[in-house]
Amino acid sequence: MLSALLVMLGLAVVLGAVLGFASLKFKVEGNPLVEKVDAILPQIQCGQCGFPGCKPYAEAIGAGNTPINLCAPGGEATMLRLADLLGVDPQPLAAGHVADKPKQVAFIDEQTCIGCTLCFQACPVDAIVGAAKQMHTIVAAECTGCELCLPPCPVDCIAMVPVNEGMSGWKWQYPVYPISDARNVVEAGA
Amino acid sequence: MITLYPFHGGIHPAEHKSESTRLGVAVAPLPARLVVPLRQHSGSPAKAVVSAGDQVLKGQMIGAAEGYISSSIHAPSSGRVVAIEMLPAPHPSGLPDLAIVLETDGEERWIERQAMDYRALDPARLRQHLQDMGVVGLGGAVFPSHVKLNASSLETLVINAAECEPYITCDDMLMRERAAEVVQGIMIAQHAMGAREVLIGIEDNKPEAIAAMQAACQGTGCEVVAVPVLYPSGSAKQLIKLLTGKEVPSGALAPKIGVQCFNVATVYTMHRVINHGEPVISRLVTLTGNMAEARNYEVLIGTPIGELAKLAGPKADTTGYLMGGPMMGLPLTDLSVPVVKGTNCIIATSKALFPPLPRAMPCIRCTRCAQACPADLQPQELFWFSKAKNFDKAQEYKLFDCIECGCCSYVCPSHIPLVQFYRFAKSEIAAQEKERKASGHARERHEFREFRQEREKQEKAARHAAKAAEAAAKAGSAAEGGDDAAAAARKAAIQAAIERAKAKKAAVQPQNVDGLPPEAQAKIEEIDELRAHAREAAEHDVAAQKTDAGQGA
Repeated sequence: MLSALLVMLGLAVVLGAVLGFASLKFKVEGNPLVEKVDAILPQIQCGQCGFPGCKPYAEAIGAGNTPINLCAPGGEATMLRLADLLGVDPQPLAAGHVADKPKQVAFIDEQTCIGCTLCFQACPVDAIVGAAKQMHTIVAAECTGCELCLPPCPVDCIAMVPVNEGMSGWKWQYPVYPISDARNVVEAGA
Repeated sequence: MITLYPFHGGIHPAEHKSESTRLGVAVAPLPARLVVPLRQHSGSPAKAVVSAGDQVLKGQMIGAAEGYISSSIHAPSSGRVVAIEMLPAPHPSGLPDLAIVLETDGEERWIERQAMDYRALDPARLRQHLQDMGVVGLGGAVFPSHVKLNASSLETLVINAAECEPYITCDDMLMRERAAEVVQGIMIAQHAMGAREVLIGIEDNKPEAIAAMQAACQGTGCEVVAVPVLYPSGSAKQLIKLLTGKEVPSGALAPKIGVQCFNVATVYTMHRVINHGEPVISRLVTLTGNMAEARNYEVLIGTPIGELAKLAGPKADTTGYLMGGPMMGLPLTDLSVPVVKGTNCIIATSKALFPPLPRAMPCIRCTRCAQACPADLQPQELFWFSKAKNFDKAQEYKLFDCIECGCCSYVCPSHIPLVQFYRFAKSEIAAQEKERKASGHARERHEFREFRQEREKQEKAARHAAKAAEAAAKAGSAAEGGDDAAAAARKAAIQAAIERAKAKKAAVQPQNVDGLPPEAQAKIEEIDELRAHAREAAEHDVAAQKTDAGQGA
């Protein structure tokens, strides 16, 4: 009886020591789940989810209690991948979070721009170049189309323009074709 | 006799080749207008180097290669550039693409053509020259040839002359009529890559071409190999397997196993480029199908297909046209599209030649597609995964090894358009990959911005701290006592600023009062006097008020 207790106690102490050592030695910096969620989010940094960027939203999801259906640019595909990653049920996109916009980029009307620098302070990816009292312009290749530069502009000189990628952006469509009504064929034959 | 190593699967569709080989190659007449797209090859499109209104000579470069995987574009005839605009292009998207429109002058004035001795050329220089002359794979994939030539010490150079797809006979006719020139082209490719052996694979339904090539190959060390008729033996990977027994590994390219493969028409253009100084501005095109006089034509790139098709006399019951063969070809919706480097065949279709397929039925998992697949894949699985948009799984089943040959659709008893599903899945995966790259890039930029903002904040704080410390040190040396000294320093600074402003004001002279007439000068003096009076009166008033206020308090 006593020996059994001692053995169990001994095991507990040894295993506890091993686990304690392992938790120190193999400590994971940050939450790996957050990284995975962040990798799924589209990185447009638009803040439509109510968080100031994709990373904060990923952190909120990682911490739990945050719905996964708030990403408007990612749409349903992103929501489904998040549901798959987190092992939760898919949720329909929250109202006001459905976006079926084509890919677009901001465009500054350089005639109207007064050089106030407000837009490039708002740009999350530094895609606007310019200086105080100098004309600003968008680096279209870097623009994510988040629209965050629109509200700060005092002269409303920024517009969103859909991107026309032409042939390079073209994709094969999902095949749609008539299928035969097999039952009718069988009945006609019989 | 060389041993053949048959590949898996394959089919035997009706050949329909004899229709277009009865007559020799004819030269198509010069059209009045040529439409030369800038995107005729895989990779990035060429960049126009002429502008509307320019006169160009035949063979002059009008589009320069942009980047490594790109190729140049040349004027197919002499004339005037009338426009560079978006025009319908032979592409499955049906989207317009940038093209240079040339009005021909009928004079066919060439640029200065210079033959080169390829043996004296450095291989890198040779590849550069081929890129500048617009040499791309003419078998259909239109991949820039200089990229493929960039492989040294090859075991085997395979020349693809199988031409396995039904109806197409342009390579057959090229070999029958220009075998010696083809062999000279092969010599160039062999020299550029240092290949030890050359195997020319020709399907055995082209005995004339085999005989012509054998005669031309005498004493060159190249071996002509007759391969049995089996679609798709003209696919590069399948032909390599057939001739060498080596299989190109999944996701790798042929040079990895010491083999490279070129189409026979491509090596012919190499010969024209190097030995005659002529860039790629024309090619052989088979006009066949529902035509009165099916035949091969030497056609200038940019010739509108509608105009070209008339040469062979399409019959009255023609329903449409295919560009390419019946297995992998592209149905044309717009006949104004031009012949491009990848156009090997134009087939007029009719209900009799291409009866409409019966309606598709559900997949019954009979696996006939798997038996026919030359890439040894499981098409039925790929179909299910593509249909369900389960792209990860489709990739696991090696979707990207599919060569889209159409054997699976051909044998499918349910007539399911399988290849369309694979194309859909492939382009969807490619788009996702592109998006993923873009979002990674955006994340990087966003993170850098945050880092930058943090750094700027710290720098600002450090700057302020340094300034404050400096001011404190200055004040400390001027007068002892912390706060009082700082306040005094601030006061002094303000006083100094006020003095500076005053001095500036005094320094400013009115600009428009020099050399005035005496009456104007008198008036100014008068006004100044009035001002002085007014100021005096005001000061007096203020003083009076002050004393009043003092008394009041």
